Amino acid sequence: MAAQFENFEISEKKRQRSLKILKYWRERMIEQIETIAETELPVDERLKISRYRLMPDGSNVEELERQGRRIGIVTGIHGDELEGQYVCYELGRRIKEEASALCGIVDIYPAMNPFGIDNITRGIPAFDLDMNRLFPGNRNGDMNEYIAAEILKDMKGMALCMDIHASNIFLTEVPQIRINELHKERLLPIAEKANVDLVWVHGASTVLEATFAYSLNDSGVDALVVEMGVGMRITKSYGNQLTDGIFSLMKELGIWSGKVPEVRKPVISNDEKGEDVYYLNARTSGIFLKEKEHGSMVAKGERIGIIVNPLGGEILEEVEAPGDGWLFTIREYPVVDEGSLVGRILKGV
Amino acid sequence: MRRLNKEILYEIKALYRDDFRVTGYRFGKGEKSVCILGSLRGNEFQQIYVCSQIIRKLLELEKKGRIREGKEILVIPCGNPYSVNTKKRFWTVDNTDINRMFPGYSLGETTQRIAAGIFEKVKDYKYGIQFASFYMPGNFVPQVRMMKTGAENVALAKQFGLPYVVLHKPRPFDTATLNYNWQVWETNAFSIYTTSTSAVDKASAKQALDAVLNFLSKQDIIQYQGYEGYISRVVEGKDFVDVRAEHAGFLEQYAAAGEKVEKGQKLAEIRAPYTAGLLQVISAPVSGTVAFVHNEAMAYQNTAVYKLIPEADEI
Repeated sequence: MAAQFENFEISEKKRQRSLKILKYWRERMIEQIETIAETELPVDERLKISRYRLMPDGSNVEELERQGRRIGIVTGIHGDELEGQYVCYELGRRIKEEASALCGIVDIYPAMNPFGIDNITRGIPAFDLDMNRLFPGNRNGDMNEYIAAEILKDMKGMALCMDIHASNIFLTEVPQIRINELHKERLLPIAEKANVDLVWVHGASTVLEATFAYSLNDSGVDALVVEMGVGMRITKSYGNQLTDGIFSLMKELGIWSGKVPEVRKPVISNDEKGEDVYYLNARTSGIFLKEKEHGSMVAKGERIGIIVNPLGGEILEEVEAPGDGWLFTIREYPVVDEGSLVGRILKGV
Repeated sequence: MRRLNKEILYEIKALYRDDFRVTGYRFGKGEKSVCILGSLRGNEFQQIYVCSQIIRKLLELEKKGRIREGKEILVIPCGNPYSVNTKKRFWTVDNTDINRMFPGYSLGETTQRIAAGIFEKVKDYKYGIQFASFYMPGNFVPQVRMMKTGAENVALAKQFGLPYVVLHKPRPFDTATLNYNWQVWETNAFSIYTTSTSAVDKASAKQALDAVLNFLSKQDIIQYQGYEGYISRVVEGKDFVDVRAEHAGFLEQYAAAGEKVEKGQKLAEIRAPYTAGLLQVISAPVSGTVAFVHNEAMAYQNTAVYKLIPEADEI
């Protein structure tokens, strides 16, 4: 009993000491929550976009930016995609746990579209606009264009920005980064270190020029688009995986001096021509019942799921893999119309 | 009485709703001369209404043998009945906009398929006319809008006889609209904005009907003599002057779409929603014509509550 008591004394002393050290460093770390864009609303409210900044005390922002030691984590552009909420929380929590290892600026923006988050809506409620089609925005434009322009202005000076999405409410995705072919050369080497399962390089499209990530990449700030999990839900394992990846990237950039976990090697899909992926679209309207989980390897002819008609108790369609590959997307939301996407398979993995 | 030449152009079988149908009405036979499309969004009631007026008139003209030999006209009043019937602006399940899906993809997602199905039927016409709407609720001075793709034909647009022909530079998302793709596929494409969207405005619907008949007559597609309309003024969209609300609050409008206003004239007031205190008097920064007026009771901060077309000497 006495020995145990002694051990406890030692470990309690150690704990107190480490808490003291933590307190010391935390006191030397700046935590700021600031409004980076705001506008007046009609009735007794202001719309505010907030930034949570962590950086070592006494550091000079311009100097750290010049050294490439500023990272931004952005999420909530689509209000019903919540996977990034956990990442933002976890990132802040882990940094505060080991504040002495912070040697750059970490800017966390958990809610780019606060109306959307509040209304469980992908777009901007009241306007029915997709916020990710508004960039680069316009300082002299309407409320939404103004907010978009102000957001982009605040990203200036970052070495890297990660825009975290969660697919949508219909599809579940393995953690992945999507890169426009126009920015492949710059972004692929960074994306490979982000601890995701897949990096999907896709073809350029004019419509995508109005996205947040395109605007940033176009303006010279490296921006990665992360898609993982599913809308309206949080998958903690994916959040932890990506948070590990963010720490790994922070270490690369000289923002973090602490230990980081080894990152996994992602599958790279060079799909600029759009030939690498099988798209499984429903041939009929009905209720989709999945039989394979996302992340499964599937063989040609293997059943992915069925589309049924509850009004008659019949199978309307058996959804089969058109070829061998990796099922990296699967439909989560059961109701399908003819044409609804039920899965994606990366060929030949 | 002659039966309407009604045709289902595209169809999707649904699980619990009646089938989704895009219905077209054909008049005349021969060369694909003109295709007229009404609503693609669930709140575009005026656009359907205008098409119904056009269909009624074309039926009458066809009965009288006034559709030129060898010319075919297709009118599609609505490309999205599902959304209209549930009063949702965009697609019912995933909220995507069919008018951001052109030219479509027949093996793609539902709205890509609908766009592809519609485009397949409308793409070979010499002229394409779409009754369109703006994302902000408001009233317009009737106008023909064209994107500057290099393929736009301004002289033709003037033949509608509407007060204005507005040219604008396509933005990234415009490249997936019907109008843009019509032009790429070598159809002379025009978007017509009448005064309203979710409310029927009979006067501007009549003006749109006259404009379309006028145009068809000038292209020798129908034999018709009607109201000649205006000598259109051609304006660049970038020359519109936005007049913005500096504050959010109750918006009281004093000038209507199409009205001529003088520089300094009071256009609107913004009042505090709880105390009725005056927050802003919105005045015209230039003399001109009201091209657009926001028609909601409350304005957000920075909203362009008016868009003015300045007098020619002010541009």
